[in-house]
Amino acid sequence: MATRVGVEVSIAIADAVKLANPDVVAAYPITPQTHIVEHLAELVANGELDAEYIPVESEHSAMSACLGSAAAGARTFTATASQGLALMNEVVYVAAPMRLPIIMAVANRALSAPLSIWCDHSDLMSVRDTGWIQIVAENGQQCVDNIICAFRIGEDRRVLLPVMVHLDGFTLTHVIEPITFPEQSEVDKFLPPNNFPLPLNPDKPVAMGDFAPPIIFTETKWAQEMNICASKKVIMEVWDKYEKAFGRKYSPVEKHHSDGAKVVLMTMGSVGETASVAIDEMRDEGQDVGQVRLRLWRPFPFEELREALKDTEVLIVLDRAISYGGPGGPLASEVKAAFYDQAKKPRIVSFVGGLGGRDITVAGFKDMVKKGTEIARTGSKNEYEIYGVRE
Amino acid sequence: MEKYAVYVPRLVKKKENFAPGHRACIGCGEALAMRQAFKALDNNVIVVNATGCMEIFASQLPLTSWYLPWIHTLFENAAAVASGIEAGYKAMKRKGVPLPENTKVVAIGGDGATSDIGLQAISGALERGHDFTYICFDNEAYMNTGIQRSSATPFGAATTTSPVGKKSFGQFSWKKNMPEIAAAHNIPYVATATHGYPFDLMEKVRKAVDTPGPAYVHILSVCPTGWRSATDTVNRQSRLAVQTGIFPLYEVVNSQYKMSITLPKLRPVKDYLKIQGRFRHLSDDIIQQIQERVELEYQKLLEKANNVTKRAKSKSKTGTAKASAR
Amino acid sequence: MAKSESEYTWKNLEIGAIIADPGSARQYESGTWRSQRPTYDFKKCIKCGLCALYCPEGCIGENEEGYFEADLFYCKGCGICARECWPRVITMVEEVE
Repeated sequence: MATRVGVEVSIAIADAVKLANPDVVAAYPITPQTHIVEHLAELVANGELDAEYIPVESEHSAMSACLGSAAAGARTFTATASQGLALMNEVVYVAAPMRLPIIMAVANRALSAPLSIWCDHSDLMSVRDTGWIQIVAENGQQCVDNIICAFRIGEDRRVLLPVMVHLDGFTLTHVIEPITFPEQSEVDKFLPPNNFPLPLNPDKPVAMGDFAPPIIFTETKWAQEMNICASKKVIMEVWDKYEKAFGRKYSPVEKHHSDGAKVVLMTMGSVGETASVAIDEMRDEGQDVGQVRLRLWRPFPFEELREALKDTEVLIVLDRAISYGGPGGPLASEVKAAFYDQAKKPRIVSFVGGLGGRDITVAGFKDMVKKGTEIARTGSKNEYEIYGVRE
Repeated sequence: MEKYAVYVPRLVKKKENFAPGHRACIGCGEALAMRQAFKALDNNVIVVNATGCMEIFASQLPLTSWYLPWIHTLFENAAAVASGIEAGYKAMKRKGVPLPENTKVVAIGGDGATSDIGLQAISGALERGHDFTYICFDNEAYMNTGIQRSSATPFGAATTTSPVGKKSFGQFSWKKNMPEIAAAHNIPYVATATHGYPFDLMEKVRKAVDTPGPAYVHILSVCPTGWRSATDTVNRQSRLAVQTGIFPLYEVVNSQYKMSITLPKLRPVKDYLKIQGRFRHLSDDIIQQIQERVELEYQKLLEKANNVTKRAKSKSKTGTAKASAR
Repeated sequence: MAKSESEYTWKNLEIGAIIADPGSARQYESGTWRSQRPTYDFKKCIKCGLCALYCPEGCIGENEEGYFEADLFYCKGCGICARECWPRVITMVEEVE
């Protein structure tokens, strides 16, 4: 029987990792992910998790150790946040084309400078092009479920890609939420053992990581791209199987009264739940509004997004990161690109807010929707709108 | 293991773990050292290679020179990747995954990947006590990218980033003593070797891989391209490096220093310096400076080798149960 | 036998560009690099095998009589074997096309 407990989300993630039974956990502490790695160390120390815990000396080495461990065919997990993710950036780029299934929880936190330990998506956006499968969670239950799914997705022989599960730092990692944990036996049935096809093994020697001259490089990169696009099918399949096994359904674009709504608010991450409250209140007042929440960031769900918003007139996108000197909200610019060639497309208004842990309240969201609808009507001389800055 | 049934090489097995057809420079001392090092090992080894000459010349897609399982990822993380492989194997074996017996992990890197950019990863891996061996193939500069100086470049050497000019005489700092840094981590085995003494090199590599826990071997590899010397003199240069005391051969076994070769008198460093184009510009003053420093360092090493540390006997109240440091 | 680089398409590359053919570099003729080649006076050869130990390419092996000879497919002509051979069996001569 599944157990439902109130537990801090970081601890829950560590417990979910325990259920998945990894072989190697290589981790370096960084706020706000510390409770995840601390609890994992506790589980290993108590013998509740039979894994090798490597307390590495930097995030770069954490991800490098994960590369080695995944290449050896071991189930591997790590966790990090902003500066750590930035430090391991070059290694993150290496993991995907080498097809090494590594599961990583990223506690989204703002990138310096100035130093901030609070939540925003600048670190999430910094690894956008690395080729990892990226899933965004909005609450503790989604974190736990998607960590378990991530192992199955990443290690599937048709995928063999590393997977990141993004969750908001502090807003999720340090709050206590009610979470239903599946039983170990159920997870064991859901998650087959890791079976990497060509591991480093003296009985069958392989060479990984050759250098590629121009004559062959394009082919390797196209193979990588084709692979991540094909992985979408497996992601949907795994989410489907998860629903059958545990009753909770996930889809790349989650809809919240968005069907037929004229004005839709798009969010990614835990702000989505606050926004849902705002949308519900506005609907009670009679406004024709809805919300979509992006669950699957990479591979980007073009079809599901276009389908969900086919009748929308105004789409207001909230980003929690800025692409400086560029189109502003990276999520908004991707959504705009997704709709550019469509015959029928909504007016897309980009808002950037919630940087460095600043909260957006329910009232704030209502305000944002109102402003966004107005801007959609009148147009704006700005590429995007910044929400909540003191002038 | 098939062995040559002849005079000296009856001690060396015939099978190569490293195939010919690689793209090393003509007369490459590093290729020679690598070949010798891996001749000393069986095929139960996983090789982790940092970016550098030896990685590039052995692995152009779609070919590989290696008969062993081999992985290359980045420049500075060979030791970290090796840690991951070692931990992965440990965990999988414990969980009953069928894996070959007695698999060893050997991380190899050049001097840049070891004493500069990869120093952090090595220090971490040595401190955590993983059961692996790190072999540094030291050709004293970033050779693969075009002979730029590294912290292992010797004093006075001309490289492209420490060139000789009106205001410079070449490398301005003394060579970083990487074996000492490794020994400072109190690992069970540290050794220096060079390909001019191949049997010594092979024995040390064998010993390093067989030692449980971390081991470090530092191999001086002559680079005729970067050191600007004739392609057939690589072994002569490496022997001169030892005989002049510039690159002493020694082992540190459980913190006890042991010289590998007794030199009653060191040859003058000039013998070694004058056959290399990278030292051609040195004035007698600087050569004298080098001579004095080499003699000093050699003396320090001899003192360490002659000094046997007496372990203090401790009286424990709770008994002798000790937690083993990994 | 591995294909040449230009014959690989994105579909037939191994996953992750992994190479599952150990020692495939053997097909590369590094012998085309040399400008001098070893010549032998086997009367003097004592079959010690030191030249084989000192070859950076690893291309010296025993011929039918048991004398050590370089495989000219790989030999880059560095001259180390000639230098190390103390009975002076090997002489490097210029490679004339």
